[in-house]
Amino acid sequence: MLFWTIVKVGVKSLWANKLRSFLAMLGIIIGVASVIAMLAIGAGSRKEMMTMITSRGSNMLTISPEQVSQSGVTGGTRQNLTVADAQAMLGVEGVQRVAPVVSGNMQIKFRGKNQPTPVAGCTSTYLPIRSFEIESGRCFSDADEESRTRVAVLGPATVEKLFGVDDPLNQIIKIKGLNFRVIGVTKAKGDQGWFNPDNQAFIPYTTAMDQLFGTTYLREINIQATTAEELKPVQERLTALLRRRHKLLDGMEDDFRIRNQADFIAMANQMNQTFTLLLGSIASISLLVGGIGIMNIMLVTVTERTREIGIRKAIGATEKSIMHQFLAETLIISGAGGLIGSLAGIGLALVLPTFTPFKTDLQWTSVLMALIFSGGVGIFFGWYPARRAAQLVPVEALRYE
Amino acid sequence: MNDVIDARNLIKRYQVGEDAVRALDGVNLRVAEGELAAITGPSGSGKSTLMHVIGCLDVPDEGEYYLAGENVAKLSSDRLANIRNRRIGFVFQTFNLLPRMTSLENVELPLMYAGLRHGVRERAVVALERVGLQNRMFHAPNQLSGGQRQRVAIARALVTDPALILADEPTGNLDTHIGEEIMQLLLELHAGGRTILIVTHEPDIAARCRRQIHIRDGRIVEPAGGG
Repeated sequence: MLFWTIVKVGVKSLWANKLRSFLAMLGIIIGVASVIAMLAIGAGSRKEMMTMITSRGSNMLTISPEQVSQSGVTGGTRQNLTVADAQAMLGVEGVQRVAPVVSGNMQIKFRGKNQPTPVAGCTSTYLPIRSFEIESGRCFSDADEESRTRVAVLGPATVEKLFGVDDPLNQIIKIKGLNFRVIGVTKAKGDQGWFNPDNQAFIPYTTAMDQLFGTTYLREINIQATTAEELKPVQERLTALLRRRHKLLDGMEDDFRIRNQADFIAMANQMNQTFTLLLGSIASISLLVGGIGIMNIMLVTVTERTREIGIRKAIGATEKSIMHQFLAETLIISGAGGLIGSLAGIGLALVLPTFTPFKTDLQWTSVLMALIFSGGVGIFFGWYPARRAAQLVPVEALRYE
Repeated sequence: MNDVIDARNLIKRYQVGEDAVRALDGVNLRVAEGELAAITGPSGSGKSTLMHVIGCLDVPDEGEYYLAGENVAKLSSDRLANIRNRRIGFVFQTFNLLPRMTSLENVELPLMYAGLRHGVRERAVVALERVGLQNRMFHAPNQLSGGQRQRVAIARALVTDPALILADEPTGNLDTHIGEEIMQLLLELHAGGRTILIVTHEPDIAARCRRQIHIRDGRIVEPAGGG
């Protein structure tokens, strides 16, 4: 029989059992929609993680002192990174920017208002390394760093808490009882859940070391490499440099730790892969269950239509044409279910972020995959019922009441 | 004249419990082109089995069966389907129309299975006109009377221009008056040269046929003077 005739006959007999056909379809709709939505959530969270990591700065290495560990028990952090270490790093090949950092949480006060804020004592290079930009005012200069000026650049969230809508520039705030003049405000980056980069204060590291924290050691050194490819070689060069400067002998462990941004990305990627795999396989199970639902319905249909099959065979239908007819019906169910499910999945992927904390990133490849897979489910689970129909003995099928 | 049916020593066994029953016990039967014959016999005589074998719905265990010159006793199920499609037109007691299709679509169906692409509709229309249903072509079976349904079934049997029309109790589900109309139609087709075999247990239907084939205990008992 002609292809379109088969399709027409299939649609007709499915239409004759509208509710049943729809329920069989529903399994596939839910399966396909959830595969698409789940993979979109997986991809969305991956994308969010990536922007989170890269918004902390690009091509960045973080050097911090290794923790003190005595007979396996981890104690406090060593004090061994110096400003001189940081200055020495400037000469290393592949290093674009160096920022020495001391930091801690401090109360910042302005006219009776209080705001607990992470304070970073750093150089002006810290801002470009960490992808901060100045929204208004300016950053502190080398001269400010040299003369230990009490000036501060504030994050927009801190400004809002302390000043509301007023202009903070040139106002005097108090950090740990000392007066600082606000000289600049950074551009908003957006809250990132566990850490808000917009609630921060930046002051010259010299001022911070001398007057706020009272230390001669650095908390960490941030390095920006010229390119992403340079990250690994730069990391090796810096390790060699620091080992030399810290006079470590061969066989002694590093007393510092260099963390590479690529490591974070790899870790995040791996976590995300596991997450996506988990979501995807749960969704696939529902698609599989949908397929079993179709098979069940088709087996009932074949039994119900035994007589019809007998008539068709009596007037000349071959096994192949009966088989095609029933396969066409399952394919129509699963195909239509796949299409509706894709639309529902795409809709879910687009709508979910407005109702839930999930971020989604619709993967067109997953839509295509789900469609092909649902077709495959149709053929796989339609095969057996169709075969049963095709192999009915005409004499017995005709006798069936 | 050529034989439409030439069956030689057909044997068909069934296993009933521990006993092997011979539903067909060496049937020899020849039906010539253009004949109108009735097959009669009590229930359990092997009448239905013979009809199934003749209709290529079933195959004999032993024996040879030539349908329009072609040996069909040992064919595969798909080859048998093709034979049924091209050579045989069935008329059933319960009409056996497909319920969700119009008269026209029901009549078109054998041509579809024959793989015809052109002239399907035209041939179906001609067949329906032949049985006097030109005004009922787009009706579904449940919108038709019993007699009309049987006419659609006869049109479906005619449409492929088969060598043999096999009617299994064609008037069994109809009242006498309507049954007579159907019988009249079959007689007309016979007059037009069709080879028709009617399976029936009604003596007056059988009496209308020139030849009567009686079957009992799996064997043919033909009254003298027949065929």
